[in-house]
Order: sequence, then structure tokens, then C-alpha cells
Amino acid sequence: MTDSNKTPSGNGTGNGKDYKWVGTRAVRPDGVDKVTGRAKFGADLHLPNMLVGKVLRSPHAHAHIRSIDTSAAEALSGVKAVITRDDFSDQPKGAVQPAGEMTINYRDMVRNVMAREKALYEGHAIAAVAAVDARIAAKALSLIKVDFEVLPHVIDPVAAMESGAPIIQEDLMTEGMEQSPGAMTNIAKRVEFGHGDVAVGFAEADVVIEREFTTQPVHQAYIEPHACVASMTEDGQGELWLSTQGHYVARGHCATLLGLDVSKLRVQASEIGGGFGGKTVVYLEPLALALSRKACQPVKMAMTREEVFRATGPTSGAHLWVKVGATNDGRITAADAVLKYQAGAFPGSPVAQGAQCAFAPYELNHVRTIGYDILVNRAKVAAYRAPGAPIAEYATESVMDEIAGVIGMDPLEFRLKNAPKQGSQSSYGPKFPVIGCIETLEAARDHDHYQSPLKAGQGRGVATGYWFNIGGQTSATLNLSEDGSVALVLGTVDVGGTRASLSMMAAEELGIDLDKVRPMIGDTSALGYNMLTGGSRVTFAGGIAVVGAAQDLIGTLKDRAAKFWDIPVDDVEWAEGEARATNGYTDNMQPLSLQEIAKDMAKTGGPIVGAHSINAQGAGPSFGTHVVDVDVDRETGRVWVTRYTVVQDAGKAIHPSYVEGQYQGGAVQGIGWALNEEYIYDDKGRLENAGFLDYRVPVCSDVPMIDTVIVEVANPTHPYGVRGVGETPIVPPMAAISNALANALGIRFTDLPMSPPRVLAAIKAANGDATTAS
Amino acid sequence: MRYEAPQTVDQAISLLAGTHGNPRVLAGGTDLLVQLRAGFIDPELIVDIKQIDETTAITAEDGGFRVGAAVSGARLKEHDTLSLLWPGVVEAADLIGSTQIQGRASMGGNLCNASPAADTVPALIAAGATCALAGPGGRREVPVEEICTGPGQTILTDGEFVVSILLPARGSRSGDAYLRFIPRTEMDIAVVGVGVSLSLGADGQCSAARVAVGAVAPTALLVPAAAEALVGGVVDDAAIDAMAAAVRAVCRPIDDKRGTVAYRIEVAGVLAGRVCRIALERAGST
Ligand SMILES: Cc1cc2nc3c(=O)[nH]c(=O)nc-3n(C[C@H](O)[C@H](O)[C@H](O)COP(=O)(O)OP(=O)(O)OC[C@H]3O[C@@H](n4cnc5c(N)ncnc54)[C@H](O)[C@@H]3O)c2cc1C
Repeated sequence: MTDSNKTPSGNGTGNGKDYKWVGTRAVRPDGVDKVTGRAKFGADLHLPNMLVGKVLRSPHAHAHIRSIDTSAAEALSGVKAVITRDDFSDQPKGAVQPAGEMTINYRDMVRNVMAREKALYEGHAIAAVAAVDARIAAKALSLIKVDFEVLPHVIDPVAAMESGAPIIQEDLMTEGMEQSPGAMTNIAKRVEFGHGDVAVGFAEADVVIEREFTTQPVHQAYIEPHACVASMTEDGQGELWLSTQGHYVARGHCATLLGLDVSKLRVQASEIGGGFGGKTVVYLEPLALALSRKACQPVKMAMTREEVFRATGPTSGAHLWVKVGATNDGRITAADAVLKYQAGAFPGSPVAQGAQCAFAPYELNHVRTIGYDILVNRAKVAAYRAPGAPIAEYATESVMDEIAGVIGMDPLEFRLKNAPKQGSQSSYGPKFPVIGCIETLEAARDHDHYQSPLKAGQGRGVATGYWFNIGGQTSATLNLSEDGSVALVLGTVDVGGTRASLSMMAAEELGIDLDKVRPMIGDTSALGYNMLTGGSRVTFAGGIAVVGAAQDLIGTLKDRAAKFWDIPVDDVEWAEGEARATNGYTDNMQPLSLQEIAKDMAKTGGPIVGAHSINAQGAGPSFGTHVVDVDVDRETGRVWVTRYTVVQDAGKAIHPSYVEGQYQGGAVQGIGWALNEEYIYDDKGRLENAGFLDYRVPVCSDVPMIDTVIVEVANPTHPYGVRGVGETPIVPPMAAISNALANALGIRFTDLPMSPPRVLAAIKAANGDATTAS
Repeated sequence: MRYEAPQTVDQAISLLAGTHGNPRVLAGGTDLLVQLRAGFIDPELIVDIKQIDETTAITAEDGGFRVGAAVSGARLKEHDTLSLLWPGVVEAADLIGSTQIQGRASMGGNLCNASPAADTVPALIAAGATCALAGPGGRREVPVEEICTGPGQTILTDGEFVVSILLPARGSRSGDAYLRFIPRTEMDIAVVGVGVSLSLGADGQCSAARVAVGAVAPTALLVPAAAEALVGGVVDDAAIDAMAAAVRAVCRPIDDKRGTVAYRIEVAGVLAGRVCRIALERAGST
């Protein structure tokens, strides 16, 4: 059954009725494997005759590649294949495809996986080898001679926009500019959103605040580095095992870059040790396939942590300008922002998403956001939870807090006064469907955390965040076994517990024990197409697909019961895991359980399968409000997060523990982003902190227990009311923490991270002591 | 690459002295293995010293303790009397890494790795600890502050290694302490570290003090001027401020990914004051 846009009407409808499985904290199906070390991640596959692949990376941030001489490496005993740019054919210009929350340009992708004309960032792949062991592979890399002509580089987005800046892509044309800049540029795109006339709005304001902010690029910092095993055979067929958020998407990318029929590649996703958006793209996989194609042996490749930092996508750093006007009674009259995002070496920063989300938590008459996508000599950015939104909303939510303070209004009351509701025109165009912005703000305001007094010296901050969430192409199948248990085959990688939540919806629909549903992620040949796990889409879109598959299965089960009883199928209903005869047949017919129908399926027509494939629409946008308390060591500038509460609209929490985990994880990543995480480059554009020692994500003891409040304003387009929950939680933390610091110290920070040296310098400056510079 | 685990100090010396190609001592390996895997070093021979009695024992000596160079942080912390005598040294060793690292990491390795930011080194220097070295030329006892000469550089000659570290006896009314500043709560490298050890006379005045600071110069520094600010008077706010100023005066850090010059100097003084107050309280309660 294929059905686009239509929501199957399941048992759910989010009407608050009691469910047997939905809303419970069921045991996760992947739990035992994960805690016992059985779970197989990207680097855990071992094949006979497997080679080890390694990548030679550019030591320069920007350089022409005059020549690459691989002859000595090829001559080394134990080396089975060497590849360079010459092993990939170029891709046509302008072939841009939307893919999840980002867009894909294959001409850029072929250059990103293997440098062609130029090395565009330190760590850019130049060549790769496959050898019988890692030592020989490393030795072979050292024998490759590359003739570089080093070029000036640029990292800062504002500097990259200036005339005379080093040009990263000579043939770049700015998209969306009214007029061509007339010269070569690093500005890949200009976007603008909004409505009304901000000049009119500012004229109505009693108070106007205008500020500039900077944020640093931050890495997704998944614990599992990229890893894959590729195996190509002499007849041009291939298999790929990899750690990814989307094996169908990876298959498409690899087939395109290698010039293969998509169906010639069979791709299987490993368990994933974190992705957060960073595993929606390919890096090693096309190289491993190309090496395997040359060697006709399987090739395993795994990045080191250092390679992950140098060569894989963080999200953008940015320069942001925000101006907001309000009346003295707390009505926002105008909001304006200019956002300049680093894209890395290829176009594609999430600036458009940032520009759309920047003022989304407000109902505004006059609003405008302008965004620029700017090339710099850094690894191409990749998606990172709610791509673009945390950066923009850090700046806008800081200004909202400040303006509330100036007019003397409680920051949550200020937000409530301006909050959007169903039917409000969003700051980026469309009218909002059913949303829970107000409910979330009220729950935060009424929470014990917000009501409780602060200790001396502490500060409290709040911020609200918004993310769209998405639907997309999804397939699911339920295969009924002969004993009545069910195999649920999914094509969406389980990043955040979706095997649990999707099987819970299947069990709920079928009216059977959760234990009778065994969920698994099929390979790319097992199901129709599945978009990747991203955009907080899987419990939403996957849920619709699974409910549809269950309804399909129930339809067949009713048919079989009708056949068995020899009554019209319309007189059969499905309830509590059994077929029941209705309309006068009730007395004569004993209900038929799922097990009974399964046992006799050969007699009633053969195997029983329920399937559903959709392109899910109507994702429910999600708002969250965070409340955070901080303490500051005023002599060292060290900030302690002492209490943290996340309040967010989930629509419906299918598995509350997983929802809470998403809320907590977003807050923790945001704490790192706010306080310590940054990329440090030397004057040659080389990264100095390519490791977890000096790229400081929080450790467990750095964060308090993160409290969570799940607000449930059902999304009417989902059978159980689900919205996405995975991304919104990372949007508010940076502003919330900055607002808390402003509350504690009376100092407004405008640069991330708010690291100890920066905080101490600001404290000293505020005290009129200039001896400590940051 | 060859791996050997000799049973005696002399066997270790002959292995170390007899091999070309940069032989390396292996204690806990928490620095060495990281450096090996990162490709920073490529030694011909690795000499594991954990099978030697002298490098793995903690023994009482003249009212103090001699700690084998390869004794792990976890074992050090379990030693009750040593922890009572030199709590600052033990807390410095305990800061290293995580529970897993603690099972391996040694003070000898921390010292010989010669990182300017090594946590136990300022605490050991403040404690007045000395090292027993053994090499082809015989044995010698050297103050800890003389071991490191620069980042990754020591006075150890070819074939020579650290056998043990002596934490000396000390009188009553003495206390020591160590604090470091890191932006996180653990698993980080000191931006600044300060160790203070002091003793009080019967009159409550400071009779002896040693102050050392790490991560603000190519090696950890003993700061005699800081000690002088304390000795001979009551350790009050003014004395502590003077001591902190003396610490700041010797700092010559670099700007790097872990902190700026100005920040490190500022925080060195802040920590020195805090550490001094802890040491003072400990001295007053013994
Ligand atoms: C995750 C992690 C966290 C860490 N955290 C900290 C921290 O918080 N603070 C800190 O200071 N350090 C830290 N370290 C570094 C390291 O753990 C310490 O320096 C530790 O004390 C080293 O001791 P080891 O016994 O493991 O030394 P090894 O790795 O065995 O040796 C270190 C070096 O010293 C040499 N060596 C060892 N013993 C001797 C000897 N007896 N004579 C001569 N040379 C010798 C070795 O050849 C090697 O060059 C951390 C390391 C890791 C991996």
C-alpha cells in the first residue's frame, strides 16, 4: 500500500485515551546488546581477506595540488590499491538535490571526499591506500608525494566576505543576490525572510536594542568515529557496512560518486555511536568502495578522533547582528537580524534554517532576517541537531532577554505576551498549525525551578527555542511469523530509541504484547526507500508508516478470519489482538487470536505481511523553554551550571524516557557549546585542538541532573499526536546560559564560548580593572 | 619493537643502556601508549619497570615514605598513613585522569613525561621530595625540581631512570595542598597548578614553607620568594596576598589553546591563595 500525504487512522488519534504500550517506559530492545558489548558498530565487521584503508590528508588550509605521485606507495609490498582524484569522475555543475535538512551538490561532494584542483582545508583528503595491515597502509601514505602550492587562507566569515579575501571557489556565483558582486566572492548565498516593514515597526518602539554576536563552530562530537567496510566484486556489485544516520541516502551518494546503479549496492547500517546530524554525509565510504573496486578485496576504513575533528563537518561559526524594538508594555514592534554563517569550503551552511527560526517563538507584525552563506577554509559543515537554529536563536533570545529586562518585565511573561499560536503567521512565512509554544512557556513559568529563590551570587536565565521537524519518505513492514510473533522491519537507523518507540506503536495497534514484536533495521534491499534519520522525523514519520503497516496487517488478518468463519469481512473487527465476529455472528464464532490465524495461515491464503510506504507530511513543530541557574567563580571566570530544567512540547511522548534523554542530551551539548567548545586555529589555518582533551565537551561531572517537563500538545497529523523531539532541545541552552550569566553578573556576553578567560576578562573590565585580557 | 619486563634495577639499566633507537621506560603507560599510538614516538625497546620490587613498593623511611616510581595513583591513595602525612601530594596524584587511569598512572611517569602541566610535580616540589635515580654510572638522589629541564626534557642520562620518590618526614603542625585550574571538572590538563607546603611554630607563626607552581613556565617552578612571604610571620591575608604576588611574578606562560598569558598569571595567584589557606588549615589541625 502506497499512500502519500495520508495519515492512516490508527487507534491513536492522540485523544488522551489509555494505551497499553504507548506512553510507557518499556525495556529497550537494543539494551542488552549495548551494555554487554555485543552491539556491532561501524568498525566491528570483520571479513575474510579484509584490507585496511587509510587517507592522506592535506597539511595546508588552502593549496593548489600541482601533482600527486603515488608510484612509490603502489610499489610497496602489501599495498593493494591507491586512489586519488583521478579515480572519481567529475560531477555535472548545478546538480543540487534536497536531502533531509541540508542540500546535496554532487560536484561539491566529489571534491569534498577527495580534493581535486585544490586542498580547501587542513585535513582534506588527497589520496587513500588499502593495504594488508595498518602499518603498511601508514607507511604507504608517507611515500605519496604531493606537490602543493600553498595559498592564503581565510577562516573568519566576516573576513571572508571582504574584498581581497582569499577566494575559495573561483567559479562561485552568489545565489539570491540582487546584483552580481562583479568580482569573485566567498558569499555562496543570500536569503531573506520576513513580513511587514521593520522601519515602521521600529518607529513604534519605546525601546530598541541592537547587538552583535559571534559563535564558534562546534562539532557534533559523536563518540563513535566514522567507520565502514566496503566490498566490491569483479562484476561491479557491492556491499557497504557503515555507521550512518541513513543507509539509503549513503547508498545514493556512493552510487552517484562511483557511477554505479543504485541497486547494485547493498548497504547495511551498523549500530550508531551517535550522529547528531554529522553522520548524514559520506566521507570514507566512497573511498573504501573505490579502493575495494581496485583491489577486489573488502576494505575497512575508520577515522581517528583527530581525523574526525579535522575533516568532518561541525556546524557553522557565525557573526550575528540583531535588533529588536518593543513598547514599554512589552509588545514587540519589530525584529531584524543579519546572520553570517560559515559554510566551510563548500556552500551549504544552515543559515536559511537559522534565519527562519530566529524569531519563530514570537508573533510579529514587522520582521526580517537576512542570511549569508560564506565559504571559508574549514571542513564543510554538516547538520547538527536543529541545524542553524541554535546559532540564530542564541543571538535573538539574548536580545529578547535584555529588552525584557530594560522594560522591567519578567522574561517569560514577555515571551508569553508575544507568543505565537495556531494560525499566527510565523516569522518565516507559513501560518502555524497546532503548536504548544504558550503551553510550554506556562509550564516553565509555573515550574518549581522558576519559582524557587536563587542562592547569593547565582543567576537565572531562560530562553525559548523552535524547530520545524520534518516528515519524509519512509517504509515499514510487519512480517507475521507462524507462531503469531511479528518481525518489524524498519529502514530508518535507530539513533535515539526508535526501535522501541516504533514497536510500541505496532504492539498498540495490533493489540499484542510488545515482547511479540521484534524490531530490526533492514538493509537497503529489504524495504522501499527510507530517508535518513534526521529532522526529528523517525518517531513521527516512522510512526505513521508503522501504524499504516499494522492497519494493513490487520486488514489481512480480518480477511483470513472472515474466510475461516465464512462471513463477510465487514462483520469482523480487530480488538485486543484478536479477530471478533460482529453483527449477530458474535454468539457462534469464538474470537480468533493472532496466534491462531498465524498457525493456519497456509490454509487461509499463505504468508501474512503488512506494509506501508509514505512520504509523511504535516510534521508538528516543537517549542521548548529552558530554565538554567549558574554560579560563577568570580576570581577565575569558571561558570557552574547548578540547576537546569528543559520544558518542551513532545506532542505525545511514546516512550517518555527516550524523550527525556533527548531533552537532557540537547541541554548537555548546549552547555558545552555555551561554555567551552571552540575550534582553535593557528596562523596557518591548522586546527590546534583536534581531540577531546582540548575540544572540551562537558564530562558527566560538569553538568547537574537535567530536569525535564514533557508538555503534550498533540500533533493532529500523527495517529498518536507525535511531534519530533530530537532537535529543539539544543536550541535554547546558549541563550539561556548567557541570560543567566547576565543575571548573575550584570554583564551581557555576546561571544561564545563563555569560557573562563573570557568571563574573567569581562568581570575585570566591568570592575574597571584592565590588567587581564582574555 | 621489543618489550622487556626486567625483575631488577640492574637488569633494567643494562637493557636501557644497551639499546640504541631510543629505548623507553614503561610505568603505567598512560602517557607512553598515547604517544605511541599517535606516532609521536617509535622506540626500539620498551622496558616495563612494574616487575621490579623497588619501583612498585611504598616503604617507610626516616619518618617519611619512599614511593616506587611506578606505584599507581590508586595504590597511593589507599595508603592511609602516607595520605595523612602528605595529603596534598596524594590529592595531586588523585587528580590524574579517571578511575581507569588511576589504576595505572604513576608519579614517576608523571614526572619523567616532563609536561609543564603535570599535576603531581608542583605538589612534590612543595613537599621537598627527592628522586632516587639509577643508571650505568650508579645511583644518585636528586630534588624533584631539578629533574625536568623543559617540556619533554629531563636530566636523566642514557640508561638512567627514576627508581623511587622520597617524601620526607615532617614535624607536627604541618600541612600541604595542591589545586589546579581546569575549565572542566575532570579529564583535563591544568591551566595552572599550585602546591603549597607549610609548617607552623609553637607561636603560630609560619616556620617553613615551600610553594611551587605548574603550567606557567617550561617546567614546574619552585618559588622561594613566595615561601619567604609566608615564613617568619602569621599567615594572614596580607602575607597570602604577598605570597600570591610572588607566584605571579615568576610566571612566564605562553598563550596557547589552554589559556592566555594574562589569564594564567592571574589565576596562578588566585589558586596560590586558595591552596595556601587549605595548607594552613591542615597545619593548624595536626
Ligand atoms: C585520559 C588521561 C587523563 C590524564 N589526566 C591527567 C591529569 O589530570 N594530570 C596529569 O598530570 N596527567 C594526566 N594524564 C597523563 C598521565 O596519565 C600522567 O602523566 C601519568 O602520571 C603518567 O604516568 P604513567 O605511569 O602512566 O607513565 P608512562 O606513560 O608509563 O610514562 C610516561 C613517560 O615517562 C617515562 N617514564 C615513566 N616512568 C619512568 C621512570 N621511572 N624513569 C624514567 N622515565 C620514566 C616514560 O618512558 C614515558 O616517556 C592523563 C592521561 C590520560 C590518558
